Amino acid sequence: MKNPKLEMKQDCAIDQSRRGTLKSLAGLGLGTLAGSFGIGNAEAASKVTMGFLYVGPRDDYGYNQAHFEGKSAIAKQSWIKAVDQENVPETIAVQKAMESMINLDGAQVIFPTSFGYFDPHILKIAPKYPEVMFLHCGGLYDAKKHPKNVGSYFGYIDEAVYISGIVAGHTSKTGKLGYIAAIPIPQVLRNINNFTMAARSVNPKITVQVVFTGGWANPVKEAESANSLIDQGVDVLTCHVDSPKVVVETAEKRGVFSCGYHADQSKLAPKGFLTGAEWNWSKIYLDYATMIAKKQKIPNLIRGGFKEGLVKSSPYGKAVSAKAKAHADKVRAQFMKGNFVVYQGPIKDNTGKEVIPKGKGYSQTDIWLESMDWLVEGVVGKTKG
Amino acid sequence: MNGEESQWLTVLIAVLGGAIRVGTPFLFVSLGECLTEKSGRINLGLEGNLIMGAMAGYGVAWITGSAWLGVLAAGATGVVLGFVHALLCQQPRVNDIAVGIALMILGTGLAFFIGKPLIQPTAPHLPALHLGAWSDNPALRAALEINALFIVGVLLAPAMAWFFRSSRWGLAIRTVGESDDAARAMGLNVNLVRMLATMAGGFLAGVGGAFLSLYYPGGWSEGLSSGQGLMAVALVIFARWDPMRCLYASLLFGGAGALGPSLQAVGVTSGYYLFNAAPYVLTLILMIAASSTKVRSGMPGSLAAR
Repeated sequence: MKNPKLEMKQDCAIDQSRRGTLKSLAGLGLGTLAGSFGIGNAEAASKVTMGFLYVGPRDDYGYNQAHFEGKSAIAKQSWIKAVDQENVPETIAVQKAMESMINLDGAQVIFPTSFGYFDPHILKIAPKYPEVMFLHCGGLYDAKKHPKNVGSYFGYIDEAVYISGIVAGHTSKTGKLGYIAAIPIPQVLRNINNFTMAARSVNPKITVQVVFTGGWANPVKEAESANSLIDQGVDVLTCHVDSPKVVVETAEKRGVFSCGYHADQSKLAPKGFLTGAEWNWSKIYLDYATMIAKKQKIPNLIRGGFKEGLVKSSPYGKAVSAKAKAHADKVRAQFMKGNFVVYQGPIKDNTGKEVIPKGKGYSQTDIWLESMDWLVEGVVGKTKG
Repeated sequence: MNGEESQWLTVLIAVLGGAIRVGTPFLFVSLGECLTEKSGRINLGLEGNLIMGAMAGYGVAWITGSAWLGVLAAGATGVVLGFVHALLCQQPRVNDIAVGIALMILGTGLAFFIGKPLIQPTAPHLPALHLGAWSDNPALRAALEINALFIVGVLLAPAMAWFFRSSRWGLAIRTVGESDDAARAMGLNVNLVRMLATMAGGFLAGVGGAFLSLYYPGGWSEGLSSGQGLMAVALVIFARWDPMRCLYASLLFGGAGALGPSLQAVGVTSGYYLFNAAPYVLTLILMIAASSTKVRSGMPGSLAAR
């Protein structure tokens, strides 16, 4: 299945960051030698080769770990070869890493998992390798503008965040919840809005205080934000940063509750951890591999929530009441059936403007929701600094 | 107390708490750098010491179960890096700035590499002293949960000032820092004094790293330092190589770092990018202020001569 053209490209690969020695060997002509005698191609022909890139470490208790767990789960299959690279910055480095996975490992599909990899990096590399599929994790793909071999996949993790919000709403005594978020992009705002609406469906007096730290991984700012929010009377904290470890641990230390994100953080806060929103990437990665093995066309856009098995909730912690569990389970069952609409009008933003009129509803798959730039009533915070 | 008053009190308490919590690593690194620079050498590599110290301290604390052993290990790692820096710098025609940058990159990379298996485990944390037990305000109590290392740092600053002013060894370091020739004329071994000063400075920076991983924010991750070591080096310059001023400047920086998150927490949501950048803006302002000739008076002679 390996394209002979790739062997040519191997010689002019410009990557220095990855497999440097392999590349220099290829430069000496060994690569061409291996290619002409078919060494190493037999294996590649029978296997589906997938390349994964993470912006941070594989075991960060967060976003990157969730992807790595997905990759590890499918790598167990004998017919899949999964290669990955961690700590790839959102710079030209990611272009080099992608090219090296294509040229040296023969990757047929690339999963650049970080938001900032898409524009310009994927868009620049994809046209050079039309036979390779570039699947970006996020909501930036536009069928009208972008190359055919680019696509995107994303889970409606906001469904799981909604469940966390219900549990938080039932658990909070002060009626003040805290959300520590990195940067006000649509996915982050949607999570904040879902969390808020869910909590206010339990108690309409609840407010959610948002702190934007300005970066995906800034432990000191995250800890300061957590402490300030707790000082202000917040008694349930959650977050949208790459690694929720610091936030969950700080909450536990200060004796307040926390909801996790990305991966399971229940071990970090045995007393105060309530539940959390998690990705379940192994399923979609296996689906993609199966499609490639069967030579099916890969859809450019895949979305899914609880129903499609792309997201899940962390197990409930000790502090969650039976009432909260029953409420959360009921709503989750509705998500599983696919008939729960979170964005059902009338909905006002936190400046008092009506964003969704009465009678109008946006169901989960509506692409309009992916360009969200407002915060719902009940959130204390602003999208623009 | 009305709502608005309590909000401003929260910000005030957060800035106070931040000054102590966020300022401690700045304090240790800047005292370490102050000591090294007094001997006439600049060690820009302390960011590397800080990160290596954080990683080594966390690792040792996790393996041995003792946070204090972790602090020692962090310091020891700093000593080793300081030794390498001093050894390289005393070779002929070697530039200490370049060596410092190389060691910073080496320390960071090495810590990330060795620290891979340390991201997940939870090591014991350093204990805190509850100095706010008298107050019934939980926010104030939390802000006054003070780590023993902070107190060590606060005591270290006047001790170091006394050391430079009045002790024989302190005078030796100052002599070496002012003029190689004068020091040699006095029979001092210039390289040895500089090596010891750099190693001791490295020790302090390593301990600063242990504070990051073993107390606040706690845990080992690759984004842990985010440039605090470098900022602390800059801080020494406008502290005019005076340990007491290092203490004040560190507290100021810590407080500035806490300003952005705490303002948002009380609902001041405008301009959060600006407030988050407060420590960097402060660096710039102080650097400009410090660049006047009058202020540079505290600079060790052999640094000024270059």
